[in-house]
Amino acid sequence: MTPTRRKRLALVAVIVLGVGAATAVAITALNDNMLYFVSPSDVYADAAPPDRRIRLGGLVAAGSVKRDPDSLAVAFMVTDGRHEVPVSFEGILPDLFREGQGVIAHGHLDGTGRFHADEVLARHDETYMPPEVMRSLEAAGHPPEASES
Amino acid sequence: MSAELGQIFLILALVLAALLSVLPLVGAQRGNEALMKLAPSLAIGQFVFLAGAFAALAIAFLQHDFTITYVAMHSNLLLPWYYRVTAVWGSHEGSLLLWMLLLGGWTLAVAAFSRSVPRAFTARVLAVMGMISAGFLLFILFTSNPFERILPGPIDGRDLNPLLQDVGMIFHPPLLYMGYVGFAVAFAFAIAGLIGGKVERDWVRWSRPWTLAAWAFLTFGIALGSWWAYYELGWGGWWFWDPVENASFIPWLIGTALIHSQAVTEKRGAFPAWTVLLSIAAFSMSLLGTFLVRSGVLTSVHAFANDPERGLFILAFMGVVTGGALVLYALRAPRIMTGEGFDWVSRESALLLNNVFFTVSAAMVLLGTLYPLIIDFMGWGQISVGPPYFGAMFILLMTPVVLLLPLGPFTRWKRDEFTRILKPLVATAVVSVIAALLVCAWLGTWSLRAVSGWVGGIWLVAGAVTYAVRTSRASRSGLARHQWGMVLAHAGAGVFLIGAAMVEAHTFERDVRIAPGETIEAAGYRFTLHEVALVKGPNWRADEARFSIYRGEREVARMNPQKRFYHRGGQTMTQVALKPGVFRDLYIAMGEELGDSGAWSVRLHVKPFVRWIWGGAVLIGLGGLLAASDRRYRQRQRATQPGGARAEATA
Repeated sequence: MTPTRRKRLALVAVIVLGVGAATAVAITALNDNMLYFVSPSDVYADAAPPDRRIRLGGLVAAGSVKRDPDSLAVAFMVTDGRHEVPVSFEGILPDLFREGQGVIAHGHLDGTGRFHADEVLARHDETYMPPEVMRSLEAAGHPPEASES
Repeated sequence: MSAELGQIFLILALVLAALLSVLPLVGAQRGNEALMKLAPSLAIGQFVFLAGAFAALAIAFLQHDFTITYVAMHSNLLLPWYYRVTAVWGSHEGSLLLWMLLLGGWTLAVAAFSRSVPRAFTARVLAVMGMISAGFLLFILFTSNPFERILPGPIDGRDLNPLLQDVGMIFHPPLLYMGYVGFAVAFAFAIAGLIGGKVERDWVRWSRPWTLAAWAFLTFGIALGSWWAYYELGWGGWWFWDPVENASFIPWLIGTALIHSQAVTEKRGAFPAWTVLLSIAAFSMSLLGTFLVRSGVLTSVHAFANDPERGLFILAFMGVVTGGALVLYALRAPRIMTGEGFDWVSRESALLLNNVFFTVSAAMVLLGTLYPLIIDFMGWGQISVGPPYFGAMFILLMTPVVLLLPLGPFTRWKRDEFTRILKPLVATAVVSVIAALLVCAWLGTWSLRAVSGWVGGIWLVAGAVTYAVRTSRASRSGLARHQWGMVLAHAGAGVFLIGAAMVEAHTFERDVRIAPGETIEAAGYRFTLHEVALVKGPNWRADEARFSIYRGEREVARMNPQKRFYHRGGQTMTQVALKPGVFRDLYIAMGEELGDSGAWSVRLHVKPFVRWIWGGAVLIGLGGLLAASDRRYRQRQRATQPGGARAEATA
């Protein structure tokens, strides 16, 4: 092996090792930061991973939004047509948050089945439905009709 | 009428693109001058028809031609004329038309500014660009025709998404697409080099200004998008690691690696195959970005259109483009594997290190973006990847880049000594650390992130300045343009780093309940709400909050955030009030009225140094443009070729 070749081999080995290490770190970081999507039926069936931040998705149940006039606390129900999960949140809701519309909340479940959201997302376009929500609604037998507002 | 005309123009453009993708290539292979000479004319013709089609759609918008579905869906009688023009690219069909127009423009530019390049090579480049054009025009005509009619048309259209009724939206997509599409040029140069079989340093040198320009536009486009999201979405963040942001960021990272590897290949002939591979990757990632945005496979705040058929077409197109390029690469690459040797400590190694970090970063972002898709596809559940993943990985990967970056330009080609490189930078490093500590003491910001941000940022800026001073002293003619470009871009990275670190470490952010007459204290400022009034705009009405902001006894600003209600579409929109400043931004966004008390929920932010994020990005982009404008890249190659045996590996 010529010195140049040996040098090249060493270089390739270093790069391979580096990329390998980076991949290992990346996979670990990915698993730490994964948010599972959970539908109200999953919560009802106790299928939600406990003690983890999760994404809860569904429709905001009609007539369920209750605001506290003296603070920023809000409570509402998220439904997939079969089951409902009570959600509490403190803060400002997005512009497209509306009863009967799709919503995704990030947060965790407490022991009593109440979901404490630290982030609530509604999407930009009012005809747009998050794909996960769409599928969970279909799975629950309630495909949303295309809402033309 | 204009719709039919636009449609005809598109078809004519497709015909010309098809001719462009075949005739000059045949000419170049057979040595037929006449066929090669056709390429520029075809490029001009294609551009003219694309511009015609684009104008036809713009006129349809201006004239309220609601019999065109696309116009009816994205405009209405109340929309001001300038937003009717920008509505042309406000949604899927029109934005693809813009994509095509820009591709036509780049093709035209290549045809016009390649006089110093051999004709056969230009012919091949233009032919490859013609193939891309033809593919995208087929896509537009078959799946996303903006000129489709609905008869009878509605009396009034719906509305342009209010989020897009904004000045940032006028320029964001064109700039971003300029970058995406610009990488098609680098791609075409690489492919032309492979087809020709005669891969030499020259094609890299010809390709460099185009790649730099495309990369600069992409930088501006991403920065503008970030700025737009900051003031328009009402969340006050500047980067969300949203899949669609990632889709534009991955090509940028690959592009950053590419412009650096091109330097090595051009100057030293080292790793040419890698440069070709990166050229292919940059454009493939641009196509992947287009696919991710346009197919709606990802949950994203950007998901404007979701239509699986379109996604499938783009995916197939991407498969053909990337697959074809890689097959060609596999066939031809063995012939171009002719690197010159270099030492451990050398400019080549430094740039290789840069490439490793940037491509690994790109792979990391790609992994995080596609991971949910993979998991879902395997049936393992539905997940999403949180921003902390990207943040942590980025800090990990970019820390060595920041530490090593100022050393790079001081390193000599082929062989160098560490001590020699470090010598001029020791003083710079000491000064940077002391300066950073002084700044942090003055600002009173002692968090780890802020301090390391200041140290890294000042180190980058000071390193670039040291290089500029030393080099201009050493040579009589001073710095060349491409060196100025590099200095500017590297200093810009420092400015960006300071901004990002300060915003992430010391943003004050609070959601509060406030009633008229009340005052809220926040980060040394007092926000007083006077009243909430009703105001009217051309196609909306709004609740407007009137705020005064005091620092001590002095009133520093009056701010009027709005909650707008758009009549036609029925959307509600938060119009943020901003008081920008070099050292901090004040930011107020309205939430909603709380009961009948007259009180509102309001989001208050004080964001230190947030402007430096975009300022740094603009410097980086300007550096790219400055380097691209260096005349060196357009001069005819001197007759002498170093290592003649290597250069002449004709097919």
